[in-house]
Amino acid sequence: MPKLDNMKKILVIGSGPIVIGQAAEFDYAGTQACQALKEEGLEVVLINSNPATIMTDTNMADKVYIEPITPEFVARVIRQEKPDGLLPTLGGQTGLNMAVALAEAGVLEAENVKLLGTNLDSIKRAEDRELFRALMKELGEPVPESVIVSTVEEAVAFADEIGYPLIVRPAYTLGGTGGGICDSEESLREIVASGLKYSPISQCLIEQSIAGMKEIEYEVMRDASDNCIVVCNMENIDPVGVHTGDSIVVAPSQTLADREYQMLRSSALRIIRALGIEGGCNVQYALDPHSFQYYVIEVNPRVSRSSALASKATGYPIAKMAAKIAIGYTLDELKNPVTGQTYACFEPTIDYVVSKIPRWPFDKFQSANRKLGTQMKATGEVMAIGRTFEESIMKAIRSLEIGCYHLELKGADKIAEADLRQRLRTADDERLFLIAEALRRGIGIGEIHDLTKIDLFFLHKFARIVAFETELRERELDLELLRRAKRLGFTDRKIGELAGRSEEEVRQLRKSGGIIPVFKMVDTCAAEFEAATPYYYSAYEQEDERTWTNKKRVIVLGSGPIRIGQGIEFDYATVHAVWALKEAGYEAIIINNNPETVSTDFNTSDRLYFEPLYIEDVMNIIDQEKPEGVIVQFGGQTAINLADKLAARGVRILGTSLENIDAAENREKFEALLRKLDLAQPPGKTVTSVAEAIGAAESIGFPVLVRPSYVLGGRAMEIVYNQAELTAYMEQAVKVNPDHPVLIDRYMLGTEAEVDAICDGEHVLIPGIMEHIERAGVHSGDSIAVYPPQSLSAEIKRELIEMTTKLARALQIKGLLNIQFVIYQNRPYVIEVNPRSSRTVPFLSKVTGIPMANIATKAILGHSIIEQGFEPGYHPEEQMVSVKVPVFSFTKLRRVDITLGPEMKSTGEVMGREQTLAKALYKGLLAAGMNIPTHGTLLVTVADKDKAEALEIVKRFHQLGFKLMATEGTADCLKQAGLAVTRVQKLSEGTPNLLDVIRTGEANIVLNTLTRGKAPERDGFRIRREAVENGAVCLTSLDTATALLHVLETITFSTEAMPQQRIGRAVVAQ
Amino acid sequence: MRARLILEDGTECIGEAFGAVGDRRGEVVFTTGMTGYQEVLSDPSFCGQLVVMTYPLIGNYGINRDDFEAVRPFIHGFVVREHCEQPSNWRSAQTLDQLLKAYDIPGISGVDTRMLTRKIRHYGTLRGMITTSDTPAQELAAELASTPLITDQVSRVSTKSVFSCPGAGERIVLIDYGAKHGILRELTKRGCDVVVTPYDVTAEEIRRIQPDGILLSNGPGDPKDVPQSIETIRQLLGEFPLFGICLGHQLLALASGADTTKMKFGHRGGNHPVKELATGRTYITAQNHGYAVAAESIQGTGLEVTHVALNDGTIEGLRHPGKQAFSVQYHPEAAPGPYDSGYLFDQFLEMVARAKEEKTYAKAR
Repeated sequence: MPKLDNMKKILVIGSGPIVIGQAAEFDYAGTQACQALKEEGLEVVLINSNPATIMTDTNMADKVYIEPITPEFVARVIRQEKPDGLLPTLGGQTGLNMAVALAEAGVLEAENVKLLGTNLDSIKRAEDRELFRALMKELGEPVPESVIVSTVEEAVAFADEIGYPLIVRPAYTLGGTGGGICDSEESLREIVASGLKYSPISQCLIEQSIAGMKEIEYEVMRDASDNCIVVCNMENIDPVGVHTGDSIVVAPSQTLADREYQMLRSSALRIIRALGIEGGCNVQYALDPHSFQYYVIEVNPRVSRSSALASKATGYPIAKMAAKIAIGYTLDELKNPVTGQTYACFEPTIDYVVSKIPRWPFDKFQSANRKLGTQMKATGEVMAIGRTFEESIMKAIRSLEIGCYHLELKGADKIAEADLRQRLRTADDERLFLIAEALRRGIGIGEIHDLTKIDLFFLHKFARIVAFETELRERELDLELLRRAKRLGFTDRKIGELAGRSEEEVRQLRKSGGIIPVFKMVDTCAAEFEAATPYYYSAYEQEDERTWTNKKRVIVLGSGPIRIGQGIEFDYATVHAVWALKEAGYEAIIINNNPETVSTDFNTSDRLYFEPLYIEDVMNIIDQEKPEGVIVQFGGQTAINLADKLAARGVRILGTSLENIDAAENREKFEALLRKLDLAQPPGKTVTSVAEAIGAAESIGFPVLVRPSYVLGGRAMEIVYNQAELTAYMEQAVKVNPDHPVLIDRYMLGTEAEVDAICDGEHVLIPGIMEHIERAGVHSGDSIAVYPPQSLSAEIKRELIEMTTKLARALQIKGLLNIQFVIYQNRPYVIEVNPRSSRTVPFLSKVTGIPMANIATKAILGHSIIEQGFEPGYHPEEQMVSVKVPVFSFTKLRRVDITLGPEMKSTGEVMGREQTLAKALYKGLLAAGMNIPTHGTLLVTVADKDKAEALEIVKRFHQLGFKLMATEGTADCLKQAGLAVTRVQKLSEGTPNLLDVIRTGEANIVLNTLTRGKAPERDGFRIRREAVENGAVCLTSLDTATALLHVLETITFSTEAMPQQRIGRAVVAQ
Repeated sequence: MRARLILEDGTECIGEAFGAVGDRRGEVVFTTGMTGYQEVLSDPSFCGQLVVMTYPLIGNYGINRDDFEAVRPFIHGFVVREHCEQPSNWRSAQTLDQLLKAYDIPGISGVDTRMLTRKIRHYGTLRGMITTSDTPAQELAAELASTPLITDQVSRVSTKSVFSCPGAGERIVLIDYGAKHGILRELTKRGCDVVVTPYDVTAEEIRRIQPDGILLSNGPGDPKDVPQSIETIRQLLGEFPLFGICLGHQLLALASGADTTKMKFGHRGGNHPVKELATGRTYITAQNHGYAVAAESIQGTGLEVTHVALNDGTIEGLRHPGKQAFSVQYHPEAAPGPYDSGYLFDQFLEMVARAKEEKTYAKAR
């Protein structure tokens, strides 16, 4: 069926900010969808609140709305744009929820908008637990048995019927508090009794446990003519029990016989047909490892993280095809874009092994609970492709950038045996490495299997890697052994370590024996058909299948997995750099390993290498590509960190020179530079011992900002107020020594400002200055940024521009640079200079209309800013006010302190754009997910140092009609100021205390500032966590509180009684 | 032990020997299924061939008792990137290596199977040899180029005598040109009373069995290598409801006066889309054929094309409207491959039932 002819204009809903569980994969999906719809000549309207995405570029859709994704705002866009159709299935759960809300509110019907892709009924049947179970029963598809109970006896009766083990989930408790797995009546009675107590409605869900079974996923597609295909299946190495987003996954399945494969395939097709989905769908299964028994775990009636992975794993562009299907095409009339010859109605077959490993944020959240379970915790993931399983998983490990270049974790050999066994049983982020450690210690595969329930197939593969280590250690390293090692994915470095040779010696030996990787194509069809996709991976095989042109080539290094501190913003810049290279007539080559992103779409570059951003892998590509040079400034710290190693191997780094990168990043050199330029910097010192630190802090004066040198996202950065705190920090938080110096700076309590600029070596273009709402001390990535600045004087701005220009010229910047300033006592100081693309590039590019990464790339290639038609200097400020608001994933990360500080904690961002700051902030906060309370109760508990300042803020809340609650000290302070306040008990004062107030929803806003000491047992920590877990607004910075007040004061109408009518003097008729 | 795969064009791939040790020649073909190696290596249609698996890890889930498509494998050699020595699956009873050893089939692992696939895609199927000898590759290649391949595969794989699988339903004669167990399984599952005959059964012998319908099975090689079978079908066509699968489909076409040709490298795998012309629906099918019915030969034969391969237009299904016969080039019995086309067995049995009914009425009148 050709496309629906009544569809002219389509509204696409994006997925909003990046949070754990909903990341860059939806930028990839949304971008593909917009492109696919535009290809068909349709007018595309897009709404997404996330400015860091490619899909919100104005060339991706005909109209782009960066607005909050709430029913009110989407409805407003619908009324304004009058689209014919709404495509919500590419915007993750956000898009789907919005479609349901709009349909239920009657907006779609009233505005005559057709819901495309999946109808409302199907969405509900897939999402609503009871409807889903009913449908599965109807189809004869098994689901785990379950029952809702309100007494222990009911639970026991259920257990008698279906047996153990069982999972108990108390209703309406967050994070599964009070639940657990039970394998006997005794434990069932105990857990249910406590679960019923925890549950506010005294109910528990008792479910048959399928933990430990194989977890298998199928990505399925269907069109309106009922043609169905499976794009890919995947097998989780971690059995059921660990969220699939937190599982190590391989594609295709490795341990399923054809009967099992086809059994589940048929089931998946039955389900997608029954749901009537037109587009993509994901079905997750638990498969008993000892029989054909399976259970349907979950169905996602939309494209998902898994479909992004499946697309990258096979080359088959699911989102693009889903968009075409949504507008009426059928699979058999769509061409497979990879081959260009064959049709999309076909099941990809692959001839390599794909591995995915999640990237977790525990390096930043040391205190977080690292155990993996049903709540996803990973922020991103890496994917790797190999011709053997071992090669694939080892490449994935190298891609993680966690300091591992082998199936080996530093320090794992120190773990006590009992702990090791325990950690094998309860999965955490390091289990993969602990399995290897267990094998090295001689723990048997059988025992490891009993502990982990991981299939023996995978354990044998890990064991093969470990066994090969011994072979390398014991045998003479000849070419045959080396070749086998390379085919198992060993790095030259590890081979060298084991064989007692240097990495360089191994490399030389390898090259002399002609053991160099060839590159194979990802083509959806295992080479059955000719394909033209420039999508490659390396393998130690016989035939290389690349084709070469005579064009000049430039390699852009991507930014790897998404993590806190290095998000989708860097992929945005990478993609723009690639496009700019193509525009400038170069062959643009990208190396990256993140399956979620637009940069790893094979359509983006002229050649995509899906490879680790590890020096050996990158050099293997460069050796044969022989590019003009490599661009490292768009791929965040990942790419920058490779720069010296590349230069040392004779590779030309394009853009700002290495010396100048170093001059900006090396503390001493940078200080010298600032002195030379006569630019102010907060006084600071570099120290290499605890004693030195104390001396330095005393000379600088407390409070001081301390951090290790060369860090990502402000890791381990803290503000300390006295010597005791400093000593504690130096001894616990960092391992200080001459190789790892610590930086100590004066902490200046002022306004932070941030500038992104482009320099061609001579001229400097400053698209804009951003002012931060939160004062210095809060990481810039966690601050609300405002463009144009609202409180900076013309004089300060002039100074900032001048300082930026001086620095850019002095550092001979070719490309982008980002500078952070603090304005203290009306004077700007330079905090840091990043000679590369920053987190704010997409935001600033969008609000100013200046394509920063594009201009920067062309500047790198030698085209001056003027030649490109842009005016150097400060770009005239826009009228509209735009704010960038950070978004956190605290509800997903238990035991993480939410307080804002020098360490970055946000996972994503949204934008609010309006005529005034208050309105822009309103949109920003709303888009960030804040449920802005216009009335209710404010619970205040602040540190002594903040009390005076907090008082003014509390007064204003009071004037808006908020009731006040406070703990003793704060309450006294408020009472003295004449405010009516209810005193609540501190934790130490028994119950009911302030936690109960938060739990019962009495407090709508919690204002809590940090008292010293970060140990989780501190009251403040528990208050903040309780607020997050109960959905109360929790403000940890007085500046954020002021900003929120500003919004509330703007949107709240005061209600005042009419003034009494004046009574005039009585007049008497005369 | 070192082994080599030599192709007639002089290509040499060095790998490791597994399975039986020995030299074996055959037509080198590739198949793209990611699962189902046990079914592939026991599918009699692969008789005489050296089969290249495009998926690199083979043998992962071992070899089990149930998934054989014939009582023994007939492939001449197995070519893989890696064979799994420690398989894992609850049904696994032995390793791939053990199986190949038991049936004296040489295997070679460690070779660049993707390179082989690309070569075959480019040049068409090639003759090849797995060898553990040290004879120079050029010498072996020359010998391969000058030595014709075997043409008697059907007689090697077909049953030697008639046997029956009794059932209470329709009596179906399954002419075994190298029938996969899957076909038999589909028939017995539907309660059929199946009689399996050798490929060279005569029309008269079949008539004596008094079947309600005849199923022409899959099988190896060139359909023109079994002229007597074509003749037998010609005699039965119109008399009994007929359903042809794969080689059976080609034989039905030849018996109806159409022609078959050798394809460049054939269709082998479980992901081939086939369009049913009557409904416009597309099915993902399991395929394994190196020959196809020539489209231009259909005219005037009374045959109608019912299915075509979506990608290259190859005829994948035929119907003889006047003569109660139809056939498909692909494998509705799956094994390995998707189950989407199992309904064709139901269609066949409906046709058989209708024919029976008509006969009964005719008698009654």
